Amino acid sequence: MNPGYELPQDEAGYSFGFLDEFAKREIRRTLLKAISIPGYQTPYASREMPMGRGFGTGGLQLTLSLIGPGDTLKVIDQGADDSVNAVNLRHFVELTCPGVDTTERTHEATLIQSRHRIPERALTEQQVLVLQVPYPDPLVIVEPSEARRKVMHGEGDYSRLLTKLYEDIVQFDEITISHRYPTRINGHYVIDPSPIPRYDVPRLHQSRALVLLGAGREKKIYAVPPYTDAMPLVFDDVPFRIEDFRDGQGHRRACSRCGATDSFLDEMIADDGSKTWQCSDSDYCNETLATRTAQIEVTA
Amino acid sequence: MGYVAIKGGGRAIRGAEAALDALRTAEGEAGTPLTLAAIEQQLRLLTSRVVSEGGLYHPRLAALAIKQMQGDTLEAAFALRAYRSTKPRLLEAPLQDTNRMRLIRRISSAFKDIPGGQMLGPTYDYALRLMRLDLADESPEAFRRVSRRFMDEMPDSDLPDTFPKVVDALRAEGLLPPVAAQPQEAFDITRDPLVFPVPRSAALATMARAETGSLLAIAYSNMRGYGDVHPTIAELRVGYLPVMLPHPVTGELIEAGEVLMTECEVVAMYERDDHDGPPVFTLGYGACFGHNEVKAISMAILDRALQKGMRDGPSNPSEDPEFVLLHVDGVDSMGFANHYKMPHYVTFQSDMDRLRTTQSQSGVEQKGVEA
Amino acid sequence: MKKILEVRGLSKIHGQGCAHCYESTGPEMDTNLCPHCGSVVAAHGVSFELHAGEILGIMGESGSGKSTVVKTLFFDDAPSAGEAVFFDGEQQRSLFALNAAEQRWLRNHRFGMVYQNPHLGLNFNVSAGGNIAERLLMSDLTHYGQIRERASMLLARTEVLPERMDESPKQFSGGMQQRVQIAKALATQPPLLFLDEVTTGLDLSVQARILDLILEIQQELRTAMIVVTHDLGVIRLLAGRTLVMKYGRVIESGLTDQILEDPQHAYTQRLVASAL
Repeated sequence: MNPGYELPQDEAGYSFGFLDEFAKREIRRTLLKAISIPGYQTPYASREMPMGRGFGTGGLQLTLSLIGPGDTLKVIDQGADDSVNAVNLRHFVELTCPGVDTTERTHEATLIQSRHRIPERALTEQQVLVLQVPYPDPLVIVEPSEARRKVMHGEGDYSRLLTKLYEDIVQFDEITISHRYPTRINGHYVIDPSPIPRYDVPRLHQSRALVLLGAGREKKIYAVPPYTDAMPLVFDDVPFRIEDFRDGQGHRRACSRCGATDSFLDEMIADDGSKTWQCSDSDYCNETLATRTAQIEVTA
Repeated sequence: MGYVAIKGGGRAIRGAEAALDALRTAEGEAGTPLTLAAIEQQLRLLTSRVVSEGGLYHPRLAALAIKQMQGDTLEAAFALRAYRSTKPRLLEAPLQDTNRMRLIRRISSAFKDIPGGQMLGPTYDYALRLMRLDLADESPEAFRRVSRRFMDEMPDSDLPDTFPKVVDALRAEGLLPPVAAQPQEAFDITRDPLVFPVPRSAALATMARAETGSLLAIAYSNMRGYGDVHPTIAELRVGYLPVMLPHPVTGELIEAGEVLMTECEVVAMYERDDHDGPPVFTLGYGACFGHNEVKAISMAILDRALQKGMRDGPSNPSEDPEFVLLHVDGVDSMGFANHYKMPHYVTFQSDMDRLRTTQSQSGVEQKGVEA
Repeated sequence: MKKILEVRGLSKIHGQGCAHCYESTGPEMDTNLCPHCGSVVAAHGVSFELHAGEILGIMGESGSGKSTVVKTLFFDDAPSAGEAVFFDGEQQRSLFALNAAEQRWLRNHRFGMVYQNPHLGLNFNVSAGGNIAERLLMSDLTHYGQIRERASMLLARTEVLPERMDESPKQFSGGMQQRVQIAKALATQPPLLFLDEVTTGLDLSVQARILDLILEIQQELRTAMIVVTHDLGVIRLLAGRTLVMKYGRVIESGLTDQILEDPQHAYTQRLVASAL
């Protein structure tokens, strides 16, 4: 082969935010369109990132296109800042975006990239939430062809999706969709809100923060703009139900670490087979614990 | 205790890196590191796969990726792609003329004799797949002798630099459709997403950097009977294509370098013409960076199958553009298969909630000990 | 009587078509295949009116274009030329000028279709009740209890056992599948129903019961219907007026009794004679 191919100089050659400026500009243009048409899956030419497809490359491309010096970034996975994938993504941004601060505190962040959770603490107008999306299209369970799904979305035709819910109730007396709950945005497009639990879906409704959703492998970006309706798809007489954290006696379980009774809980199995529950949002758990400790000190 | 299960992520990642590198150097004192030149030359077909699936013609960088990823073609191609994401697109190459390829191999299975003649070149096609144990302990001297002897014994040849293409002869006879006077503008899959229906050039570009095994599997389904392309290879050629780019100042086309590539043109059963013309054979086209014949042939068959599907509607998976084009990319499919290893605690919690609720609807009592 | 549908000069060509298509095809030419360009002239110059509560029969052999007519009216297929106006209460809608979303709205709310092949009309991956639910959901009814109630009522009306409501139509007999299709088509109480060879391929006794059902529905709900069939018996029983088609053209039309008693066109005469 041609011996004339030289190796590039070392990694110092990467530009701010890894992606070249043209790519970032293109993503920002796509974003504008996505925000203008709430819930519409806007196609874009997703770039390959140095982490696997499915590890948050869609969210990361959004983050890298938006972030600038002066921003403070928080990255969470399963609600935690210290899970391997969150650490990896945060490390990558630190490496390629000099001048950007990172934080584990929800309220300090201007930009939050998350997989599978929306933080417990309510977000503000000053914050942008980026969610990582594996499957952008809620219609895929009833229609495999993307071309046909596009028409169904355009016409707001979600009857087959609702029929799936109907069949669920007939078969199980319950809607069996656990996460990725189809949610109608601004009265038209139904989105896959990413694999957040049903617990987090109501947080999308009239959110103060801009919520952006990026699917890298499927090459789609969509958005829930601030103060926009986001309603889970339901029947008039069958209420939408979030995860049930009550014990056998009907009491709301508390986090075994901080004692919170108003957070999404992770269930854990100890070596002896017994079960405990703890906050999935690590920052919220730390915060609640700190407040409680402070109170105990005061009373003591 | 439970909560620390996903703590210490940073340390774990650093540990994983160190463990990988330790395995790479596990030969210990006796080991010698692989040189990039050795990978590029001695593992040239591996390098070929990586440049083609990585979508970046840089054999030396591909060799580095192979070394770094310890021989995993999916990971190595992936690294090249990620590197490519950092580079701006400086210009759009004009159409390149593969008539001008400097060939090391060309064959046709359609005709015994073809203009310019058949040239078997470097191929395993007729090699006996018997283990060559003499390679096991090859001495450096013996190694160097092989190449020297080949050059010494090469007869003075009057081989031309380029060869005419077999399909041109068929075209001249009116057996193939004429080349479109106005070529379609090429679709750039690195800049535009696939929104179906897509033009043929988008399909070709997607397949040109597809993962070899995925492409082969779907093409094979067509060959076996989930489809009816029944191809004949008009020409398969391997060689170096001079890349012509416009001079930044004068705009004149100049040779900027060359790329090793494999090109395959298959002729398939004839079809009625849509525009009152006589029936003609149909053509399938495949081409990729590097020397990778299975990929070029698979791509040519799928190109034909997809053209049929785009025209008449797909009657099997290999004719369905969405099915084929969205499932052949190695970076996409490998990444997604791997992502299942990431934590899914939250979604699984949701799943359990649904199952428990459904179970209790049907009167099942919950088991389990609470701490 | 109130007019519900008016069709003028409806034509459909499959293929690219040419200037000679129409003059080179039809009953006189004894073909619907254009010898110049190879296109199929499935229908040409079809015009008729339909009134509220009326059943119009379209009769012909396969390839006559009878199914093409209802397919274009139900938007399964786009016509090559022609006009169709649907009189919906106070509104007049020019069917082929509507956009895709408007057409879908009409399909879901105001029209119903029963196909010969139940696979076209039913989703076999969901239950019989789910099929009706889907149609009700399309027409924006989103109350689970009401959907269940209406589905069960409709199935009862079309003589499908309500206790089989949650089974897949896969497990049903051909006649039952047609009953589910009819229930689905009627779910939104459409003023206009298309029936395309609905009894073809069924046992005679099953056929008779389905035809009775259709008549009862027409009398109860005053639904206007277009019944496409090759079966003279179906026409005789259901249709007040009839069009006879051959090679894409209407060759005879009028009151069904008249056509059967005194057919004018040689082709119709042969059809009637062969059925006696």
